[in-house]
This record gives sequence, C-alpha cells and structure tokens, in this order.
Amino acid sequence: MSVNPIPVLATPGAAPQIAKKSQLLSLDNRYLAPLLITCILIVGHLTYGIIEIHSSPVLNKLTFGLLTSYSPTFVAILAALGVELILGRLMLGRWPHLASAYITGISVGILIRSPELWPYVLCSAISIASKYALRIRGRHLWNPSNLGVSLMLFLAPASVTSLSLQWGNEIWPMIVIWCLGSMILYRLGRLHIAATYAAAFAVLALARSWATGDSWLAEVAPITGPMYQLFIFFMITDPKTTTRAKWSQCAVALLVAVVEMIFRLNQVVHAPYYALFLVGPITNLAEIWWDSRSQFR
Amino acid sequence: MKGSVKQVFAILVLAGLIVTVLVLSRRSQGTQDDWQDLNAEESLQRFGFHLREVSKEIGIDFTHEAPTLDAKLDAIMPIIASTGASVSVVDFDRDGWPDLYVVNSGEGSRNRLYRNQGDGTFKDVAEEMGVADLNQPGTGVCTGAIWGDFDNDGYEDLLVFKWGRPELFHNDAGKGFTRVTERAGLPKWVNANSAVWLDFDNDGHLDLFIAGYWPENLDIWHLSSTKIMPESFEYAKNGGRKYLLRNRGDGTFEDVTEKMGIASTRWTLGVAAGNLCGTGHPDLFLANEYGLSELYANQDGKRFVEIGWSSGIGRAPKSGMNASFGDIHNQGRFAVYVTNVSEMEYLLQGNNMWVPEEGRFGLETRYQNLANFLGVETAGWSWGAQFGDLNNDGWLDLYLVNGYISADRRQSYWYDYSKIAVANRSIIYDAKNWPALRGRSLSGYQQKCLWINQGGKYLNVAIPVGVSDAYDGRAVAMVDLWNRGVLDVVVANQKGPLLVYRNTVAKENQWIQFELEGSRSNRSAIGARVRLFWNGQQQMQEVSGGNGHASQNQRRLHFGLGKDPHIGRAVIEWPSGQTQTLLAPEVGKLHAVREPQ
Repeated sequence: MSVNPIPVLATPGAAPQIAKKSQLLSLDNRYLAPLLITCILIVGHLTYGIIEIHSSPVLNKLTFGLLTSYSPTFVAILAALGVELILGRLMLGRWPHLASAYITGISVGILIRSPELWPYVLCSAISIASKYALRIRGRHLWNPSNLGVSLMLFLAPASVTSLSLQWGNEIWPMIVIWCLGSMILYRLGRLHIAATYAAAFAVLALARSWATGDSWLAEVAPITGPMYQLFIFFMITDPKTTTRAKWSQCAVALLVAVVEMIFRLNQVVHAPYYALFLVGPITNLAEIWWDSRSQFR
Repeated sequence: MKGSVKQVFAILVLAGLIVTVLVLSRRSQGTQDDWQDLNAEESLQRFGFHLREVSKEIGIDFTHEAPTLDAKLDAIMPIIASTGASVSVVDFDRDGWPDLYVVNSGEGSRNRLYRNQGDGTFKDVAEEMGVADLNQPGTGVCTGAIWGDFDNDGYEDLLVFKWGRPELFHNDAGKGFTRVTERAGLPKWVNANSAVWLDFDNDGHLDLFIAGYWPENLDIWHLSSTKIMPESFEYAKNGGRKYLLRNRGDGTFEDVTEKMGIASTRWTLGVAAGNLCGTGHPDLFLANEYGLSELYANQDGKRFVEIGWSSGIGRAPKSGMNASFGDIHNQGRFAVYVTNVSEMEYLLQGNNMWVPEEGRFGLETRYQNLANFLGVETAGWSWGAQFGDLNNDGWLDLYLVNGYISADRRQSYWYDYSKIAVANRSIIYDAKNWPALRGRSLSGYQQKCLWINQGGKYLNVAIPVGVSDAYDGRAVAMVDLWNRGVLDVVVANQKGPLLVYRNTVAKENQWIQFELEGSRSNRSAIGARVRLFWNGQQQMQEVSGGNGHASQNQRRLHFGLGKDPHIGRAVIEWPSGQTQTLLAPEVGKLHAVREPQ
C-alpha cells in the first residue's frame, strides 16, 4: 500500500467501492495526507533536522560550486514522481495524479537511511513500479512503500537501515502527530484501523515482556518513535491496500500486530514492515478470492 | 498495449529494479579479500609499510580492567562501564625516547608508565614515579590522561581525568611526580572521558579543558535512582558540564567556563583543540555521544562562540566518540574526523570527515562531510582514530579502532538496543527500562580499519598490512617509539591488552620531524603549527595537547615526504604570533627548534 490513507490515484479497474468513496471525498480531503506528511517533514526538519543531507564533491563540480550537497529525501520524492509519470503514462495512457507518488517519495525519504544515494532512488522506483506490476483485478496487493522499504531492508542490509531517529525524545511532537493523524483518520473513517493496531501492539508488548523478561516499557518503547507514527498513520491505513469491511480491517490490523510480535520475538528489527509485507497481500488476495466466489454464485 | 502485456512490462521493470538493488548492494560491501594473503614483504611493496604487534617482546604486558559500578546497573553494566582504556605519549624524563602512559579503570587497579629504555624495550615505572595508584575506591576510576608543561619548567606534567576526582601531577624534572590537585584548584569531581591542554588566550601558560560525560553530581558507585541515562539518543543535554580552567601562571587554575561562553552539557567522548577557524587561537571541537557535535570558535581568547549549526558540523545528531584533526588534502587546513556508530541492518550513522570549505574563516567557517566520498564512512562501532603518515608517502593515513562489547559471539544485543534507542525520553532516561544485556555482544569482535591516503581518497588496508586484532578498541596514539623516522601505533583496548604495532616502512620513502619548544609561547609548544613546503605541495601539522578519544600522540611532528623530496621551507607559526622560517631543512632528521625570544 502507498503511505496514503486516501485513494488519490483513480485507476482503471479499481474496485467500485473505492471509486465511490473517492467521489465522496472533497478536494481538501484528497490533499490532507500529502499536507500532513509535508508538515511532518518540514517541522521535523526545522526542529530536529530529520532531512538527510549528503555532501557531494561531484555535484559541487557539476554546478561550479553552486551546490555542494543534496538531500536524498528530495531525490526520493523526485524519483517517485518521475517513475509515476513515466509508468502512469505508459500504463494508463494519461498523466497520473501525483499525490500518491509524492507521499510515497516522502515516506521513502524519511523511512530509509543510507549513506548512498541509490537506495533512495531505487526504493522510490520499486515502490511506484509495484503499483503497476503487482495488482490483481485492479487492486494493489502490497502497499507500495511498504514493499519498497521491506525489499531494500531485506536485500541491502549493508547499505540501508530504517529510520531510527526520534522527535528529540520529547513528548509534544508525538502528541501533535498523534492528534493530527487521528483527526484526519477519523474524518476518513479509518481511525479504527490505527486504534486496533496500537491497542494490539500495547497488549502484545505485555506478552513479549513476559516472554523476554524485559520490562513492558522496553517492549512498548518502539511505538513512541516517529517511524511507527508514519507506519500507523500512512501505511496500515492505506485504503488501496486494506480490506473493505470494517471488521476485516480491524482483523487485519490485529493480524499484522500478531505477526510482528512473532518477528519481534525472533529479534527481527524491521518487524512491522515485514509483518505488513506478509499479511497485507494475503488478506487482500483472500478478499479478492472471496469477492470473485460471491460474484460467481 | 493490452492490459496483460502492460502488466508484464511493469513486472519486468520491477524485476530489473530489484536486480539492480542486489548488484549495487553487493558492490557496496567492498572487502579486502584480494589482499588477505599478502605477507609482510608483499604489503611493504604494495602499500609501503607493514605493521607487527610486538607488545610482549618489548616488555609491555598490560590488560585494561573495567570498573564495577552501582549494583542497580548490573543488568547493563558492560554498556555503562564501557570506557576507560586510554593511552598517551610523553617523554617525561626528556631522554629523547618517547614513553607511554596507560590508565586502568578497575577499582584498585594500577596505571602504568612505560619508560622507553632506549634499547627497544619498556619498563613500568609508574609505582616509583607515584602515578600508579589512582583508582582507589571513593576517588573514582581513571578514564584517560594528557600531558602538558603547565608551569613551563621544561618537563611535561600529567593530568589524569576520571569518572571521579581529576588529578594533576607536577613532573619533578623527570625523577618523580608531585600531586598538586588541590593546590591547582581543580574541580572536586568530574565524570570525564576526555580533556585537552590548550593555551586558549595565548598568554604562554597552558590552560585546561575537561569535558564531563556523566553529570558531575553523580557518583556512579552510589546511586539513589536509576534515572541517570541520556534523555535522548540524539538530543541529550543532560550530560556533564565542561570545565575551561585558565592557568593563572602561578600553578593555580580558575574556572572561566561560563565567562568564556561554554555552556555545553552534552555527553562528550572526544575533544580536540586546534586553530580550525584560522584566527590564530585554538578552537574547541567536541564530539558528543547521543547528540550533536559542537564547535566552539575562539574569539581572540576573550570568548568562545558555538558555531556547530552554522558550520555544518552540528546539524545531524550522531554518536560522536572521537575528534581528530588532519590536513588530509595537503592544502594547509585541518579536516576533522568524528567517529560514530554503524551496524549493518540496524544503524548506519557513518563517520564524519568534516572538510573545510575554501575561503571561509572565523565565524564563517563551514564544513562538508566527505566521509562517504573519501571512503572512510563506515567502520562499525567506531571509537578512537588518529591521522599519521604511516608509509611516509607524504599523505596522512587514518587508523581507527572499533568494537563496543565483545562477549557471547552467537548472541547480539542490537535488537534490544534498537528497541530502547527510539523510545521516548521518559523510557530511555531510566536504566531499569533498558533490556538486560545477559552476556550478549554489541558490535563486538570488529575488524579495525587502517585507511591509506591515496592522494585524497582512502583505501582500507588493515588486514594486509598486519592489523588483524578484534579487541574492543578505544584509544589510538601514533609515535615514533624507536626514533627511526616512522610512526608506530599504540592501541588501548577496553578490557583488553595494550597493543604496540611496530611499523616497517619502505626505505625509499623519506621523512622529517620537528620537536618544538616554546619560549614566549607555552613551553610544550601546544598549538604551534608547522607548514612544510616540498615538491610543490604543503602539509600543515599542529602540536596537540590531546585529541582523538582519550589519547595523545607524540609531541614531535612527523612528516612523511615520499620519494626524492625537495623541501623548500618549513614555516613555524608559534601561538605567540611569531612566525619562523627554516629554509631547506635536512631530510631524514629530527629538528629541535626553540621559539625565538
């Protein structure tokens, strides 16, 4: 799924329910998620410098000293937009709306960390390409950025890690993001997914605490970091790659938390990404199969 | 295109991208496999030098001990009691042979002062000199030492910094040491991991900067609470205060920290002083763990201004553990090397090589991090690092030690570490929330790095040139131990042996050395610079009062010159402001130079 709780990219063959919902959303709503993630990026950078800056003697030479460094976050955004434009034009025969790619680019730029440039470019490109390559009956199987980030972390562990920064360890940025994110999700009718996942994480942290002997606070600690805020508000709630019924959305969120716990008990540091990577497509396929079976009947 | 054909096309694109990731990922994991089997002769031929570990042969048999702190910290004791191994070089008796001082950190353990006997061997004389027994319970434990002649009597005096009471010893003409801590007016308790001698106001008297790590009001052996940890992994400011102690010139020091504008309470692990901003006064660079590095620009000895953000070095928080300076491009300005933490899969902070932008000085000083471009970015859990021309080819090489906790090889603490590292302040701050270590390793058994400078870019040749130890390294010092015109390497390891790597250098590469002595400037000549001009290039070096991580190199300055050098001149810039030029100084010789009155 893209890290976008709003169905901004209308694609041929998209499920009628999504299209209907899309029509119901106002233009303002459609830009809410991009605005939110842009705000997070800007505020996060101004207060805690979360945007990576890479010095580049090559760039310095090419621009005759005008530019001495670049931000891979912006490169990730540009790569996502570029690939979306090319593939969208080729696959759909028209210029696609870029909001979804923009969010994917920002997510990639924030969520992965690397001293190299190529992981940012390729992660964005893989994320966008997966939207066009991995779909059945017009539906995405994976959230694009979840797939991109998971693949990069799995295939290039020496070059790529996940975001492990904090918002300065202060409580207020966390509260602001949770409040804003919750308000937006409530408006979009997807708060129940985030709430189910967060509650399940907290409860399962108790189980992990019992199993590992570490304190509950140590087990619940990761969810207080910004990586999880992006994961919860922009990934697991993506309408394009979650199931349709409210109860099944909650069930999927719960299942993601359970699989994540299994990964965590096996000390897999990228547990949430991998859990969603596995659970997302399976539950989507199950729903597609169920729908086709119902239609056949 | 039909829908299905389009989808196949998209799948092919996706597959191509994934294959590209695999290829680039493999390429990024550059190895030294091609050179693993080089013998000494081959590495000498190929890289111009070879190192051999000789500590036992030369009479050095020292193993560092770690402290045992308050039992409330037992679950994570190895994480907390993880520093203290230190080495500093001094010729304390002025016999022309460099000696070594190493501190120990176990309660009741003894420090060692290895006197160079001039016959290739060393003898521990710490007990008879009175600088061995400095880890008595109640006084804290040693974490490092630096040497500087604070009373200008010609003999290097000793500051031992501790997690506890810092100690100052006056050198009695190389025959013994007298403890002068109280008379000098040193603070009663500083939990420090680094310190540096400098003459910040260029008045000819060495001043002292001691950088606190833990808060100074904390006795880590007797804790009332476990809420002692950093408040953040990136922006912690609840560490120890710093002490800038001005030498009054009468054997006493006054605390001018606040007056001089130094307000940092970050968790400093590495500090170095040098004329970074080109103003003629020593600036202070602080490498801070759990946060941003800081650069205090010296304003004519009257005040320091922190320019970390504007200079670029204090924008991205990392885990700074080392600060060392080197003119890596032979351009006459210092780059600053700061070490951080990198661990595959978990954290890739990368080390920083801060290279100054041309034409910017004073408060306008700007740096760019070129560590990735130069090839010195990723080196595990990095600690001390030092610049020095190990193959005498005229370019400064870089030696780095790494490794945090080498315990159970099969189990890693990294997963648990990553849980707590992203937690909110209220969780991190309390040690009892940290998962127990339970005998696991944390970035243990790491291969050290030795990068040779190939005229700007660096190449790691540690294994082929003979560096294969995997102890938990902390401090590195470079010194010409046997007066042969080559730099040897001394490494202090946490809970490990002191290693001495004897260097053999290709004969065709030439060298020159300078031993400076101040007269109007401080007698140790700390802060004095030598610019050497030869074969159409220049290299600048500065006498340092301590740098890296808990270490101090030899006082004399060593320049490798490569083959067939033609030296034009050596220009000495004394801290007093005087400039002295030596025309065509002789190659292959140590030049003792006293500052003109």
